[in-house]
Amino acid sequence: MADVVLNNIVKTYNKGEVKAVNDVSFEVRKGELFGLIGADGAGKTSIFRILTTLLLPDSGTAYVDGCDVVKDYKTIRKKVGYMPGKFSLYQDLSVEENLHFFATVFDTTVAENYDLIKDIYVQLEPFKTRRAGKLSGGMKQKLALCCALIHRPNVLFLDEPTTGVDVVSRKEFWEMLKGLKQQGITILVSTPYMDEATLCERIALIQSGSMMMIDTPDQIIKKFPDKLYAVKANNMIRLQTELRNNSQIKSCYSFGDYHHITMENEQLTIDNLRASLQNEGLYNLEVKEITPTIEDCFMSLMNR
Amino acid sequence: MKQFLSFVKKEFFHVFRDKKSLLMLFGMPIVQILLFGFALTNEIKNAKIVICDYSNDAATQQIINKLEASKSFEVQRVVSDHFQIENSFKSGDIKLVIIFPENFNRDLLHLNSAQVQIIADASDPNAANTLTGYATNIIRSYQQELRSNSSAPIQIVPEVRMLYNPQLKGATNFVPGVMALVLMLVCVLMTSVSIVREKERGTMEVLLVSPINPVLVIIAKAIPYLLLSVINLVVIILMSVTLLDMPVNGNIVLLFVESILFIITALALGLLISNSVESQQSAMLISMMGMLVPTMLFTGFMFPIENMPVALQLISNIIPAKWYYIIVKSIMIKGLGLASVWKETLILTIMAAVILVISFKKFKIRLE
Repeated sequence: MADVVLNNIVKTYNKGEVKAVNDVSFEVRKGELFGLIGADGAGKTSIFRILTTLLLPDSGTAYVDGCDVVKDYKTIRKKVGYMPGKFSLYQDLSVEENLHFFATVFDTTVAENYDLIKDIYVQLEPFKTRRAGKLSGGMKQKLALCCALIHRPNVLFLDEPTTGVDVVSRKEFWEMLKGLKQQGITILVSTPYMDEATLCERIALIQSGSMMMIDTPDQIIKKFPDKLYAVKANNMIRLQTELRNNSQIKSCYSFGDYHHITMENEQLTIDNLRASLQNEGLYNLEVKEITPTIEDCFMSLMNR
Repeated sequence: MKQFLSFVKKEFFHVFRDKKSLLMLFGMPIVQILLFGFALTNEIKNAKIVICDYSNDAATQQIINKLEASKSFEVQRVVSDHFQIENSFKSGDIKLVIIFPENFNRDLLHLNSAQVQIIADASDPNAANTLTGYATNIIRSYQQELRSNSSAPIQIVPEVRMLYNPQLKGATNFVPGVMALVLMLVCVLMTSVSIVREKERGTMEVLLVSPINPVLVIIAKAIPYLLLSVINLVVIILMSVTLLDMPVNGNIVLLFVESILFIITALALGLLISNSVESQQSAMLISMMGMLVPTMLFTGFMFPIENMPVALQLISNIIPAKWYYIIVKSIMIKGLGLASVWKETLILTIMAAVILVISFKKFKIRLE
């Protein structure tokens, strides 16, 4: 059996007015690094809270490490590690005190599982007497990860661990997750950053509480239905207006220096497009076919 | 057990590292005792008075000496001109004027009766009442001395004696009330904020996803405040005894046991509030409005409960501080033992138990 199983989970708030999770089912295999990718408010946190037994689903069943999230909540609480999206350690306790406190709460000691957190903790060690509230964002996340790992959980739930963290720390954080995966820990991580999706083994794209697609990042990219082009010109704002007004263009999104477009039918060639844009007075045109990213896939799925 | 101890340790860290609440925890009782003990008593000290003496003889001198010796009065000046009287009152700081007519001593010796006029500034009627009472007492005591030395027919003078508080000392009444108030406020306010703070900061979310028993969380939260409240209690009693001349006539051990019972009741109330609200602000508001005001009103140390409408008298019964106030007064002032306060003790015990059970039940094992 997979480590995390969700079957048709539904969760609403305000007596059914707000549908946060809508009929979601997926599985996370043992030892897998699984990513839940979606924008803010997509329902990621609700799913995490249901799996960590903090919320009861309206309907559907879910299992973590073979235990029912409703009936066996006490067992689950012993063997999972959870890092909420908001920094949730004691700000007025030092790094060391936090770690020791959470170790005792889980009826273990820091020494017992030190090997698991060693690589992460060495970076924190110089600040071990500093109050947790005074740490930088990246350091806070590392400490939170240490505290979530201190009892050697079977499954690790990380809710947006890299939100609000600088690029370097984010990279480091993902390296740490890879290391933990090697230790055999199943990891379910959520993130609003599409570029982090490719770092997971499998991902689920979620939007407005519904699953749009679950697969490996490569497969998801392969399933992209159309040819994708990147377009650039001297005036990007005008270019976008032109592209969006063109009935033969199916979609147009702005990605950094380029606009990514797909076409309604294959009759419109690159040359035709170039010509029509030049007629509108745009120059320095650049049009090229590109491989879609996860974000492209996400956008195209969203509009289906 | 180890889990529990480390939890208690953590709670102590929270308390000692939060300088503001620590200041409140220990500053509040001291300020309140000083405030109620010295500033807010109905006892009047060093009231400025003027004496208008037309007689200026041995008798008036002796009475003036007695007035000067009294702690209640400070004789500002002795005049012999009643035109100055009104001016003295108008200047505001003179509370009382005593006027001896001419031939005061002679009348007293020959007619066995003399008159003295006491004029008080009754813009504050309570103070005027109290002060004229003090003055009358002093004059009457002189009259009695005089009578015991003479062979004149002895008149029966009504003797007023104030049981338990002969000098009408304010402290005896206020200290038990302040004890109830301070313990109530410290315990309820501090604990009610403590659990909500974990909810607000998100640490509760992490604690819930752990094997820790909710009951342990609750008890661990209350323990530091229980200890600190006992220290507060010691401070309050020491201050009352040394600064306010408050007696401890009864058994001090019994006093502490009863106080701890009251502290536990207050802590339970704090935990109940904490488990029922979602933000520190509402927790504070409920503890202040829901606890402070009823405790002040219905304990009986500011406004006598006997004078309240029946409905309010009934309400006062659900205020734990009322029962504690009765217990403390009985033990400290009247020197009574458990036999006399067992009923109040039982009521407090039941209150504590019921509130504790409800707050355990109210602890949410999930986020909603």
